Amino acid sequence: MTRRGMLIQIGVLLNGAVGVALAIPIVRYLLSPVLRERKPGYESWISLGSLDRFPAGQTRLATFRNPRTGPSDGVTGDIPCWVRNVDNQKLQVFAINCAHLGCPVRWFPQSGLFMCPCHGGAYYSDGSRASGPPERGLFEYPYKVDRGTLLIDAGEMPTPGAPSARLVHISGRDARCA
Amino acid sequence: MRLMKQFGQWFDARLQLAQPIRETMEHQVPSRSASWAYVFGSGALAIFGLQIVTGILLALLYVPSAGEAWNSLQVLNHQVSLGWFIRALHGWGSNFMIAIVLIHLAQVFLFGAYKFPRELTWLVGILLLLLTLGMAFTGQVLRFDQDAYWGLGIGASISSRVPVVGPWIVKVLLGGPIIAGATLSRFFALHVFVIPGSLILFVGIHLLLVLKLGINDWPMPGRIVRRSTYVREYQELTHRDGIPFVPGAIGKDLVFSGMMLLAVAACALLLGPFGPSGQPDPTIIQTAPRPDFFFLWLYALLSLLPPSLETPVLLIGPAIALAVLVGLPFFSGEGEKSWRRRPIAVLSVLLVAVGLGTFTHMASHAPWSPVMDAWSGQPIPAKYLARRTALQRQGALVFQAKQCHNCHALGDVGGQRGPALDAVAVQLTPDQLVRQVIQGGGNMPAYGKNLSPAETAALVEFLETLHPAGQAPARDAARTAIGASQ
Repeated sequence: MTRRGMLIQIGVLLNGAVGVALAIPIVRYLLSPVLRERKPGYESWISLGSLDRFPAGQTRLATFRNPRTGPSDGVTGDIPCWVRNVDNQKLQVFAINCAHLGCPVRWFPQSGLFMCPCHGGAYYSDGSRASGPPERGLFEYPYKVDRGTLLIDAGEMPTPGAPSARLVHISGRDARCA
Repeated sequence: MRLMKQFGQWFDARLQLAQPIRETMEHQVPSRSASWAYVFGSGALAIFGLQIVTGILLALLYVPSAGEAWNSLQVLNHQVSLGWFIRALHGWGSNFMIAIVLIHLAQVFLFGAYKFPRELTWLVGILLLLLTLGMAFTGQVLRFDQDAYWGLGIGASISSRVPVVGPWIVKVLLGGPIIAGATLSRFFALHVFVIPGSLILFVGIHLLLVLKLGINDWPMPGRIVRRSTYVREYQELTHRDGIPFVPGAIGKDLVFSGMMLLAVAACALLLGPFGPSGQPDPTIIQTAPRPDFFFLWLYALLSLLPPSLETPVLLIGPAIALAVLVGLPFFSGEGEKSWRRRPIAVLSVLLVAVGLGTFTHMASHAPWSPVMDAWSGQPIPAKYLARRTALQRQGALVFQAKQCHNCHALGDVGGQRGPALDAVAVQLTPDQLVRQVIQGGGNMPAYGKNLSPAETAALVEFLETLHPAGQAPARDAARTAIGASQ
C-alpha cells in the first residue's frame, strides 16, 4: 500500500469515526422529547382550585396551566378540562380532547352529552362513548382532593395511541404519585 | 453595448458557463412535445419561485413563537403596508402550487412519461409531491391559529395510532408533551429550512434528469416503449423532427407560468389572505376546526370510515398508495404510452379525481358534524308548530332543549349527523320512537337517563306529527288488529 493510499484510508476512517461520534449526540438531541428517563416526568399534580367551584351533580369547565411550560408557550400552555362532580364523593375529570382525533368536546347539560364538533363523536355524562367515530370513552385524569382543593395528575396531551400515558387506568405510575 | 459585451466576456473567461448554458437552452426537443400539455412542470417551478420570495418576505416579520406568532400575523395583516398582500400571495401560491403539481402528476401519468428510461424522474417527482404536501401542512401550522392548534392535535392523534412507537412519534413531532412553543419552532424549522432545502435539491435533480434523458416524446398509439430500442428511437426522433428548446418550446412555458403568477396575484388581490382565525388558545373550545382546502378530503374520509377500519386505513392506506406510485415505473416500465390505449390508467385518474373531488365537496359542508348551536340558534320551522296541541308543542320544546336539533334536521335546518325527521312518523310507530329515544342505537346516543317519562311522552307526541300531508303515521299492525277485534 502506498503512503498516499494509506493517508486516504486514515482520512476516511477518521471522518467516519467523527461522524458517528457526532451523530450520537445529534440523535439524542432530536429525541429529547422522548428521552426523559433521567428527568422528572412530564406529569405532576396540578390544582384546579377549590372543590366549591364544582357543585355536586354538575359538569364544569376548568383550566390549568400545564406544568413545564415557558413564557414562549403563550396561551398554548393553558389547558382546559371538564370536571364532573358526581355526588361530592366521586368526581371525574375528563380531558378536553375527543378520543377520536383530539378536537375539543363540549358539554351539553340539557341532554347530558359531550359532543365533538369535528367528526360528530358523542359521549354520555360519565364519559363513556355514546355514538360516532370514537372507539372509546373520554380520557380521564387521575384526581385527588387535598384539604378542599381538587388536584389532577396532568401534563401530557392524551391521544388514542397513548390514552393512559399519564391518565387513569395505569397502575404503576399513579401508585407512585398517590 | 460594447461595454456590456466586454463585461460579459470578462466574467465568462473566468466562469466558463456561457457554452454549457447555450447548449442547455438549445438542446433538441421533439417538435410535438412543444405542447400546451407540457407546461405544468414549468408552472409549478414558477410558483415555487414565488413561494420562496414571498416566504422570505414574510419571515422578515413573522415571529415563530407560540406566544407571538398569532400577533405577528395580525401585524402583517393590519399594520404593515401591503403585509396582507404578501400573506395572500403566499397562501394562494400554496393552493396553486398543489393544484399544478397534481395536474402535472396526472399529465405525466397519462402520457406514460414515467416509463423507461424516465423512472427516476418519476420517483423524484413523487418525492417532490410529498415534500409539497409537507410544505402545505407545515405552512398551515405556521398560521398559528385555532385551526392550526387543533389540526396539530389531529395529526398527533393519527400518529399516535402507529403500533408500538406511536406515542414516541407524537412527542418527537410536538417537541414535548403538549402542543406548545417547541411544536411551532419545530414546524418552523421544517417549513423554512428542511423541506424547502430538500425541494430545491430535488427540483434540481428532477430538471437535470429531464435534460439528460430528454423531454417525453408525444405518445402515439402503437409506438411501443422497449428497453432495448427506446433510446435509439428517441434520438432518431429528436434528430429527424427536433427543434431547439429555446426558442422552439419555451414560449408556451413562459406564457403559462406568467398566467399562473397573474392568477395567484389576482386571487390574492381579490380574495385576500387566509386567516388567521381565532387565537391558538385551547381554552376557547367554542370552535369547529377545519383543515385547509387540500386536506378536506382526509377530513371527510376520517368522518365516514367505520371506526374499526379507521386505524388500518390510516396506517396502511398511505403505504399502499406510496407503494403503487413508487412501483409503477417498474411493473409498467415498457409498452404503450398513449392514454388512448391505456383505459385503466385513464379510469384510475378519473376515479381518484372524482373520489378526491367528492370527499372535498362533502367536507365543505360536513354533514357528519353536529351543528353545535342548532338547539339554541335554529328554531323549528313554523309549519311544524301550527295547529298543534299543547302537548305536541311541549314536545317540540323538548326537541330543541335536549339538542336533538343539533343532529336531526327539520325542514332543512339543523344538523345532518342523524336522519332528517320531517317524515319520521311514517317510518316509526310510537312504540318504536319511544324505544329509539330511550335506548338509542344506530349511532344515536340513548336519552333514557336524561328524559323524564313526561318529556319522552311529549317528544314522541311531537314526532308523531311529523308526516307528509296525506300520509298516515305508522301504526303497529298487531295492535290495530287487536283494537278492531275488541
